[in-house]
Amino acid sequence: MSENKLEEDHILSADVINSVKDWNTDYSDDAQFADTVKDYKSSIVKKFIFIAFFLVVIVVVTSIAITVGAVNIGFFEVYEIIWQHLTGNIVSDYDYIVFEMRLPRVVAGIIAGAGLAICGVIMQSVLKNPLADPYTTGVSSGASFGAVIAMTLGFTAAFGSNSLVILAFAFSLVPTMVIAMMSRFSNASPTTVIMAGIGIMYIFNAVTTVLMLWADSSALNQIFYWQTGSLALIKGWESIPVMFGVVLFGVVISMFISGKLNVLATGDDSAKALGINADRMRLLCLVLTGIVSAAVVSYTGLIGFVGLVTPHIVRMFIGADNRYLVPASAIFGAALMIVADVIGRVIIYPSALPVGVVMSFIGGPIFLWMVIRRNSSAW
Amino acid sequence: MVDIEIHDVDFGYDESHIVLHNINLEIHEPGLYCIIGPNGVGKSTMVKCVSKIISPLKGQVILDGQDVAEMTHKDVAFKVGFVPAFSQDAFSMSVINTILVGRYNHQKWGSRQKDLEMVYKTMKLMHIENLANRSYNALSAGQHQKVSIARGLVQETEVLILDEPTANLDVKYQVYVMEMLRAIAIEKNMVIMTICHDLNITSKYAHQVIMLARPGKIHAVGKPEDVLTVENIREVYGINCRVYTDEETKKPYVILGSAIMGMAEDY
Repeated sequence: MSENKLEEDHILSADVINSVKDWNTDYSDDAQFADTVKDYKSSIVKKFIFIAFFLVVIVVVTSIAITVGAVNIGFFEVYEIIWQHLTGNIVSDYDYIVFEMRLPRVVAGIIAGAGLAICGVIMQSVLKNPLADPYTTGVSSGASFGAVIAMTLGFTAAFGSNSLVILAFAFSLVPTMVIAMMSRFSNASPTTVIMAGIGIMYIFNAVTTVLMLWADSSALNQIFYWQTGSLALIKGWESIPVMFGVVLFGVVISMFISGKLNVLATGDDSAKALGINADRMRLLCLVLTGIVSAAVVSYTGLIGFVGLVTPHIVRMFIGADNRYLVPASAIFGAALMIVADVIGRVIIYPSALPVGVVMSFIGGPIFLWMVIRRNSSAW
Repeated sequence: MVDIEIHDVDFGYDESHIVLHNINLEIHEPGLYCIIGPNGVGKSTMVKCVSKIISPLKGQVILDGQDVAEMTHKDVAFKVGFVPAFSQDAFSMSVINTILVGRYNHQKWGSRQKDLEMVYKTMKLMHIENLANRSYNALSAGQHQKVSIARGLVQETEVLILDEPTANLDVKYQVYVMEMLRAIAIEKNMVIMTICHDLNITSKYAHQVIMLARPGKIHAVGKPEDVLTVENIREVYGINCRVYTDEETKKPYVILGSAIMGMAEDY
């Protein structure tokens, strides 16, 4: 009966009737459809190749990073020593140098790079803003305040460097909490969140500035160093577990929600109509990125650039589909961080430049070049 | 097909500014329902209440005997699809991925062959299959519109709401899209609601016309020939017109006259 329902309608033309009937037919054996599927699948393969390539970069650069230092250790020797250590068969004299002195810094770089990169992806995606980064909601100003308290009011002297990490972490969570509470009274639209973040940042920065005015010059040096961010702040393996746990948690969760991020990217109304409560989703993402970036910066200081720029670079290569953008950015961010750190350590050897400075100085021009060169409109 | 009942709905963004007043509407037949009315009269607001994008201050929206207020966004999403008015995505994916988002409720991580087939067929229906791998933001306004409509269609819901689907389209595609929506409503027993500004296209393709008037109330509901009258158009839009019956389609044909200033104005 539904066969001729369309023909019975005197308004419809034959063309439209055929198009709509075509829409209902089985296309699984259609040659042109097969081509479209093939194209689609090969675009996914390209994304996996991108991820695989930068995984290899991480493995190679890890070894290069460990060879840098006063004691000369060969490139392949590094893998040998790590392998021996992991299998419990320690024979090399350099085991301590590789495993206790140099490896933690590289591992911390990988974790921090991956963590800040996924925070950047999520922030830009949920705030629909290409200028958003892990610090947009004020995480950096909170962390900075905590760290400055620790360094100026003598906590680090009294309770050791852990107190700095704990204070920085505690205060870096404050801006996110304030925004979450504010959203109960207004809303959690991207504009509200960004404006609230700016407001909170100014308040924290004002108090931090006052503390710095009272600080002595050695404390000021320390503060400046911390605010630039550096992997040299990593104090061996003891710095790793918490940061690793939180970032791993962040990566896993963001992989799970990456499909939802795509839906949210189509607009709040459209997301709600597809069954996602846009405001609540955005808040959950802010809390997630708040915790992950807090865990990173409280150990490494305020490392910039990687969280802002990684998502853009990766988008230029593999597109804006968050299901692939999230893992690819984590890998790329990790690679970028350790590459920049190695460069920073060799470029003015035996002195070293902080990783954030290197990334900005070398990465900035490359990024500008990419912005000019890009042919597809990723934004 | 899904029964839609709207009972005594008031909506306002705050208590002092009520947009919709006491809306009552029942839809029990599949078909193409066109919502017309002047700017700012609450057309979008009304359809957003049906898809639970916003919640009414007062009254109920009932889908298949279930109060929307008691359903989750996800429950509603399985019954009602929604295509918002034009929007540019901040970071655009390829056209095929943008349309795949519409399959969100059908798919898990990674996209199955069936979803891709549905997307492909719908791209063909909208004549955009050659844009599959283009970036969404690189498209023209008309192409955006076609992608958005495709994203709505692949949801395969029993109710589909489109907020001005023919905005930005040239006349050929305005006619094609409306005719296609009418055909889909008939073929698939769907309720398709569209907000529309062109009275003659509405007249030709709508099964039912829902006419809203200021300040946010339903003025008339019914067949095009019953709703699109000289009196209704003058009262609702504040414009003089002549209405003829088209020989071929037997539908009313509206020729607009002069605007009557000071009547049915926005305030």
